[in-house]
Amino acid sequence: MTNPVMPKAHRILHINRETEMEYTFRIEADFVPEHGQFFQLSVPRVGECPISVSSFGEGWLEFTIRAVGKVTDQLFSMRPGDELFLRGPYGKGWPVEQLRGKHLVFVTGGTGLAPVKSWLNKLYDEPGMAESVHLIAGFKNEAGILFKPDLARWKERFSTHYTLDNDQIEGWNTGLVTKFIPEIPFDTFGGNYAVIIVGPPVMMHFAALEALKNGVPEEKIWVSFERKMSCAVGKCGHCRIDETYVCLEGPVFPYTVAKNLLD
Amino acid sequence: MGYSLNHRETNALFDRLAAEYKIYAPKRFAKQGRYSDTDIVRYDEIHTAEEIVWDQKSDFSAKEVLTPVTEPIFYFTEDEYRESGAPKKKILIFLRPCDINAFEHQDRIYLQNGGFCDSYYQRMREKTRFVLMECTEGWDTCFCCSMGANKAEEYSAAVRHTEEEILWSVKDEELTPYFAGCQEADWQLQFIEKNQFAVKIPEIADKETLAKLKKHPMWQEYNDRCVSCGSCTLACSTCTCFTTRDKIYSENAKAGERRRVHDSCQIAGFDAMAGGHGFRTTPADRIRYRALHKVHDYKARFGDYHMCVGCGRCSARCPKFISFPAIINKMSAALEEIAAEASK
Repeated sequence: MTNPVMPKAHRILHINRETEMEYTFRIEADFVPEHGQFFQLSVPRVGECPISVSSFGEGWLEFTIRAVGKVTDQLFSMRPGDELFLRGPYGKGWPVEQLRGKHLVFVTGGTGLAPVKSWLNKLYDEPGMAESVHLIAGFKNEAGILFKPDLARWKERFSTHYTLDNDQIEGWNTGLVTKFIPEIPFDTFGGNYAVIIVGPPVMMHFAALEALKNGVPEEKIWVSFERKMSCAVGKCGHCRIDETYVCLEGPVFPYTVAKNLLD
Repeated sequence: MGYSLNHRETNALFDRLAAEYKIYAPKRFAKQGRYSDTDIVRYDEIHTAEEIVWDQKSDFSAKEVLTPVTEPIFYFTEDEYRESGAPKKKILIFLRPCDINAFEHQDRIYLQNGGFCDSYYQRMREKTRFVLMECTEGWDTCFCCSMGANKAEEYSAAVRHTEEEILWSVKDEELTPYFAGCQEADWQLQFIEKNQFAVKIPEIADKETLAKLKKHPMWQEYNDRCVSCGSCTLACSTCTCFTTRDKIYSENAKAGERRRVHDSCQIAGFDAMAGGHGFRTTPADRIRYRALHKVHDYKARFGDYHMCVGCGRCSARCPKFISFPAIINKMSAALEEIAAEASK
């Protein structure tokens, strides 16, 4: 009998301090997850929490973690060479193959950039994968900017709108992500496109409404949910909304499903 | 095959079974009730027929035998997780038809949902056999007939209790040898056919109607009444939700355990993520979430039965006298209103 909630020890290879509040942990592991899937990270004596994979490669996984809870606080005191415990990958990731060859519009808020980072890097490395890539990435302020080297690289090949909610700094726009959605040339895409929205619940709600207002049909929008989870395997009940379990059917949902998921 | 055993013979049977089985049944815990001088009836291991409470509905359900309120799932040292041990003996549970039906829902969540089989539940469940306690009268909080849960087929043996004897009907060949030499008796197991009242099960036509029902003012009264204590879900025979807690054995020790602890969607913070953002922030939101799960969401997912089996323990345990059947009937009334509004 295999135990689906058994965590295994994995070594921390590297820790990158993205911001004061967000660190990226590179972990030694052989998993090959789908873009957008998540793992349960576990610290014995503290607990477990679900975290999206922000990047992965040969023999490693990366998680970009915000210090907001007791498990994540404990993780921030760890150092390379220490071990943390993992189980996963869980959930349904982005429909990367289904969306191959389309114009892709990404709208992200804060750490919402993490669950699409590996996909964006793949799009960067394989320019033929999409007709074009548009990225609207928003952060609260300068101190909250994540993945600076990636943001700089993506500028070379993607059409980018980087924005801060309030701060005004050189090279950055000011305003919420919704402000830049009308600037996306949806009418030039010949209907062959998708809009991917990830971020805090309120941001996703208004970004989706703004996309709809700009003529994007519901079925072209994709979102990723964040919910409290204890088991990640459809038992504990925390992430259930109506008949849907976010850990099983999500975290990625087509908007046509997501719009009906009222907690 | 049917048998008649007096209480002394039943106790001798329990002694014979004890080598292979642990026997669980509703048992009285004197003066451990919620109010002074009241008892509590809950599931525990028994050794004699006299310990079994026959004439009262247990305050808590039989699910606690398989999924205890607190259960260690891992023991850990700094660099290792070790799975907690499985039970060695088989388990025999005395329970009523509604409770057997409730286990069907427990099975579905723990063994099947999402294609993941929970090994903690499975290792208990595969050792478990049911002894159905005949139940023909019910109590004032019961509505099993409305939920179609008044009859059950999945049992190893059934029993009828009277002052003088216990009648047994044994289906499971594994148990038959234990009855060698017992007096045979022909009797017919009965099921309750009508409760003291019936509920009207809501039929929610589509997502649009569901959204309207969620926003209906009927839920608001629970903001004043419900205290979000979670007594209803703890007593519920079909609720499965749990959370995970790590426990350190002593202040400086590296050793500890990871526990699974029953959790409740009725308690504030059930859906709160790290950082504090939650979704159902009022008692009304949470009652609505539980009620819809029991008589809509579960069936929408699995297709056949509603989750609620009508055991009525939630109503019986509620310190604010919130009746779950009344909630169900109010949902049906609200849906009629919504339908009337739509046809205008």
